[in-house]
Amino acid sequence: MDNYKGVLICGEIAGGQLAPITIELLGVGRKLADDLGEELSVLLMGGSTAGLGQEAIAYGADNVFVAEDGLLNDYNSDAYTQVVASFCKKALPSVMLFGHTDMGCDLSPRLNGRLGGALAMECSALSIDPATKFLAATRPVFGGNAYATMVSKSARPQMATVRAKTVPPAERNDSRQGKVIPVEDKLDPSAIKVKVVDRIKEEVTGVKLEDAEVVIAGGRGLGNAQEFAKLRELADILGGAVGATRVACDEGWAPATLQVGQSGKVVSPKLYIAVGLSGAMAHIAGCLGAKCIVAINKDSEANIFNVAHFGIVGDWKEVLPSLTAKFKEMKAG
Amino acid sequence: MNIIVCVKQVLDPEIPPAKFKIDPETKQVVPPPGVPPVISVYDERALEAACRLKDKNKGKITAISIGSEKAADVIKHAIAMGADDGFVLSDPAFEDQDSFGTAYVLSKAVQKIGAHDLILCGRQAADWGAGQVGSILAEMLGIPVVTLACDIEATEASVKVKRIVSDGFEVVEAPMPSLVTVSSEIGLPRLPAGMRLMMARKKVVPVWKADDIGAEASYLGKTNAHAEVTGLTVPMRKTECEIISGSPGDAALALASKLANLI
Repeated sequence: MDNYKGVLICGEIAGGQLAPITIELLGVGRKLADDLGEELSVLLMGGSTAGLGQEAIAYGADNVFVAEDGLLNDYNSDAYTQVVASFCKKALPSVMLFGHTDMGCDLSPRLNGRLGGALAMECSALSIDPATKFLAATRPVFGGNAYATMVSKSARPQMATVRAKTVPPAERNDSRQGKVIPVEDKLDPSAIKVKVVDRIKEEVTGVKLEDAEVVIAGGRGLGNAQEFAKLRELADILGGAVGATRVACDEGWAPATLQVGQSGKVVSPKLYIAVGLSGAMAHIAGCLGAKCIVAINKDSEANIFNVAHFGIVGDWKEVLPSLTAKFKEMKAG
Repeated sequence: MNIIVCVKQVLDPEIPPAKFKIDPETKQVVPPPGVPPVISVYDERALEAACRLKDKNKGKITAISIGSEKAADVIKHAIAMGADDGFVLSDPAFEDQDSFGTAYVLSKAVQKIGAHDLILCGRQAADWGAGQVGSILAEMLGIPVVTLACDIEATEASVKVKRIVSDGFEVVEAPMPSLVTVSSEIGLPRLPAGMRLMMARKKVVPVWKADDIGAEASYLGKTNAHAEVTGLTVPMRKTECEIISGSPGDAALALASKLANLI
């Protein structure tokens, strides 16, 4: 275990640039490497990584390893797993960081299986224990209703994924020095068993739920699809999106793509108006990031009032029309 | 085609958070009394995916679950939905395992079940949600893995999987046998009904212990886990909710003006 050294970031390239998540990981990775007294490295994969090595150095990397191959142009699970695994078997990183992204979510568990390390996903905090020098990785469990800290005493590498915008980006400093080192091993195309045959961009009408600044969400209390549809008017007036609880989706009042919660979307709007929903554990897991939560519910004991900033105890059917009319007036004026 | 589906029994995530209690000493969740555990939501979607494939292509679905002997309930649920067979993997040696221990036990069960074209898992569990058992299992079995499926089509010797990515979808093709992890976007699970429900209730679900699947002790249990939980906390949420009183109309107007700077 003692031959595992340093922090390695699995870098991502987006539109020919270092992806923002990679610059964020360089910030937290630099701190971890300094606390370990070891080096910070980045592994960059792509058809071409020209110039990006120096970029990563400016953002804090000591070493940048670049693997260039046409087959690495776009993410492919088999190709990337092969490249990263064979690199790690030689480089023996002690800590490995990934974005909690399309790539990181697919690649890191697979690599963990191949390398026999320890992986904590979606970490909210990462630190090095000063006494043991082990990585302590804190992550949400039970849909964000609890946080667990994981430590691996002997399995290496110690791996973690971090969601975008969880940690501040590294500061750029062009005077930093570092090495850009090509990865010599060539990719074996015969090991690529899974082939990407199509990529489809999702067509979104109106505001995308995950990006919306205002979300109007409804649950069981709405009663039926016709009533549920009334949330749309308010959402449209506020330029927001409609969200739903699992029950509302299961009942067919809203499409599954609008589900907010543990098994649906995680949203963090400025304003979240929860209408006729009680606030089950799985649902609030999806909306706790909202700056302001408003609850409208008949039941004053409903859990949603425990997480809301403003509440009206009452029948939503009597409250919503006035609220919608008033917002319409405010927006117009 | 033969499909194996891995399912887990979990604490019902639809409970109010007030019922969610942890024991900071043992770093375990204390199950609320009177709340029956349920099948993990993503695993139920994996079963649904398996049932849809069986509807189209014929074949056999086998469900497996690691847990206490109570996990027979999720196997019965699987059978009620459309699975043909199922096994519970239960042994004190399996307790408090991490993803590696879990994947190892599943791999031994898969080997005992024998011929299969496809293994389906939920994308992650609804409780600890480590999100890696499927991928580690595939690596242990040496088969391809496709994660986050929202649609699966089977052809002669391969599967075509539509998978979720941040800006849409990706369609990938994998040879059989492969492992696919299923996301909730695949759609609602069917409601078990009628004869299937009756049949499932009567089904005696065999329990396999470590010896039955040839699982070696050196891979099992808490002592062989790759990581340990050193802390478990419930975050303090100090939200003061300002209840706006008055008639519904008045309260709505007052609320709207309080939110003026947010819209």
